[in-house]
Amino acid sequence: MGDKLQLDPQGRLRHFLTIEGLGRGVLTEILDNAEPFAGVGGQGVKKVPLLRGKTIANLFFESSTRTRTTFELAAKRLSADVLNINIATSASATKGESLLDMLRNLEAMHCDMFVVRHAESGAAHFIATHVAPHVSVINAGDGRHAHPTQAMLDMFTIRRHKGEFHNLRVAIVGDIMHSRVARSQIHALTTLGAAEVRVIGPKTLIPPAVGTLGVHVFHDMREGLRDVDVVIMLRLQRERMAGSLLPSAQEYFQLYGLTQKKLALADPNAIVMHPGPINRGVEIASEVADGPQSVILEQVSNGIAVRMAVMSMALGRQPGRTEEEA
Amino acid sequence: MRIVIRGGRLVDPANGVDRSGDLCIADGRIAGFDLADFPADHTIDATGRIVCPGLIDLRAHTREPGQEYKGTIASETRAAAAGGITTLCLPPDTAPVIDSPAVVDLVNRIADEKGRARLHVIGALTQGLQGEQITEMHALKEAGCIAMSNAKQPLANTLVLRRSLEYAASLGLPIVLHAEDPWLAAGGLIHEGMVSTRLGLPGIPACAETIAVGRDLLLVEQAGVRAHFGQLSTAASVELIAEAQARGIPVTADVAIHQLYLTELDVGHFNALCHVRPPLRMQRDLEALRAALADGVISAVCSDHAPHDADAKLAPFPATEPGISGLETLLPLTLRLVDEGVLPLSEAIGKLTTGPAKALGLDAGTLSVGAVADVCVFDPEACWTVDADRLQSRGKNTPFIGWEMKGRVTHTLLEGDLVYEG
Repeated sequence: MGDKLQLDPQGRLRHFLTIEGLGRGVLTEILDNAEPFAGVGGQGVKKVPLLRGKTIANLFFESSTRTRTTFELAAKRLSADVLNINIATSASATKGESLLDMLRNLEAMHCDMFVVRHAESGAAHFIATHVAPHVSVINAGDGRHAHPTQAMLDMFTIRRHKGEFHNLRVAIVGDIMHSRVARSQIHALTTLGAAEVRVIGPKTLIPPAVGTLGVHVFHDMREGLRDVDVVIMLRLQRERMAGSLLPSAQEYFQLYGLTQKKLALADPNAIVMHPGPINRGVEIASEVADGPQSVILEQVSNGIAVRMAVMSMALGRQPGRTEEEA
Repeated sequence: MRIVIRGGRLVDPANGVDRSGDLCIADGRIAGFDLADFPADHTIDATGRIVCPGLIDLRAHTREPGQEYKGTIASETRAAAAGGITTLCLPPDTAPVIDSPAVVDLVNRIADEKGRARLHVIGALTQGLQGEQITEMHALKEAGCIAMSNAKQPLANTLVLRRSLEYAASLGLPIVLHAEDPWLAAGGLIHEGMVSTRLGLPGIPACAETIAVGRDLLLVEQAGVRAHFGQLSTAASVELIAEAQARGIPVTADVAIHQLYLTELDVGHFNALCHVRPPLRMQRDLEALRAALADGVISAVCSDHAPHDADAKLAPFPATEPGISGLETLLPLTLRLVDEGVLPLSEAIGKLTTGPAKALGLDAGTLSVGAVADVCVFDPEACWTVDADRLQSRGKNTPFIGWEMKGRVTHTLLEGDLVYEG
């Protein structure tokens, strides 16, 4: 069902809403297409003309600096025109304008793509179901549901360091329950054939049916980290520390914070990832975040390349065809 | 006015009747069967059709008063008549809440004037459904309320619940309970399980209902009140009700028809038409609910009719309103249970007539001689496809759109008046 909406009749990416339902072929294609873009940022002229004449609207119903910025840079490096609309603080949201009315208005301005970030799970699906046929929708994070470009930039980073996926043990640590990043990573890893995906956290932060997604659950971090090749730490939102989910940041760090000592249980060549922004001393110690095994800043640069790949694919422009298109 | 409904298969579970014959109606009441000397003003040919008591729906929102843009008493009772339903029970969560005789009078006045089905009003158990101050239940009963309920806003405070049950028991008023633990269900949108995990939608665990059923049963037993549990959704709730019934506690229960066909999987990729409360559960819950219907633990099937305007479902899933428009599919979906071997026909019709009538002590749901002539005539073989544009209800919000239905109402009589002819 998800893939029916996301792929056109020829099986090409039309919207990018969730990893779920997409095959290994499409995911690998995204990773392959991102490779040449990874060099663009280092060129003297940081632009390719793939999306010249296209208009991309960043619709952010929830505030975000990093994700919005990397989407904006990705679009600009593809030579598209970019419209940034922060609806979380804009007049339309406060005037009670409906989501559909706003979309109709933007469609009337001939936008070709909406990059959507929204606080409610399912918002990107809803928008993709109701947009005009010429508009592509990229999910930049919807509620607790999905953040597929984040997951793909993580896969890109893993592949650059580890090569193929089929030998990899990957641990995702922290607040799985509220994390759209974790959900998308799990689908991406299982689709790309990772040998084992583990989730680590207290029961209060792990959905009871998470096993149905094909992961192994660990509540003891030391046990869960043993021999893993990749450690993905999740951000713990401050509001989770109040109430009945967790007693305190201190105890959380003690049990599930990544320290050098705990990391020593993983494979010696393990890499450490984090979708950012990191809470030092809450989910990860500074010595690890800034240490030799950390690839956290690489993830950020890779984010631009992967988003360029997804945007160009959804608008029907492949990097290999640069010459003819230009 | 004298009417004869000729040549149909008469199914009247209240009297154990299932045979062919003519039903004779005079002055709004059942005059008898196969009367030899019965000059009729009007004859309805029911050859090949089933003639049964008008159906009773224990829970249906009319949206009036308060949300007339979603439905009115006129529009929704018209939909009821088209579905063969002659008696509707209206829950008290209208705007204003039905917590005073004035609101009961208002509803009854509109229903008398514009209704095509009988509307029974269920009064609020607490003022404004706030769960703090109990209502003037005697005054509400005098005004015509048939039962008391706090609708789908379950009482959090067990002391208030205990006292309101005791007070209702003193007045001989039955109670309708919707079991849900407000803390465990807080913020939840769909069943907590595989689909909520996949979609990242906050879940409502099955135990939110089961815990509340257990708690409510203990207080019902202590208060000695006649209690009915509305819209059970879990296998574990069914077990608790069965156990209470076995101990002789006078409790009954119903299930909403959609719970017998849909599960969490039907939410698919955020299908807001499957956003309903209590949420669609798992296959094993669906099977337990069907089994409970067959063995009598659940004695009634209702529509839990909740019509909405289009905008209520046109938003990201968490921002949509829960509920299914269900009056016009209640009968065909119940008949489908017969085809699927869950129930024999007369029992299926019993779940829509005698079952609900007994649950709330209603004087309806039978073709006994002298009874009010509420009658439903349907063609059990007629097939049709659910089409939003052809629904009489103002609410087009049903996940059954496009489903093939078998069984179509041809005539509905309310107190001997033909209120629907299809």
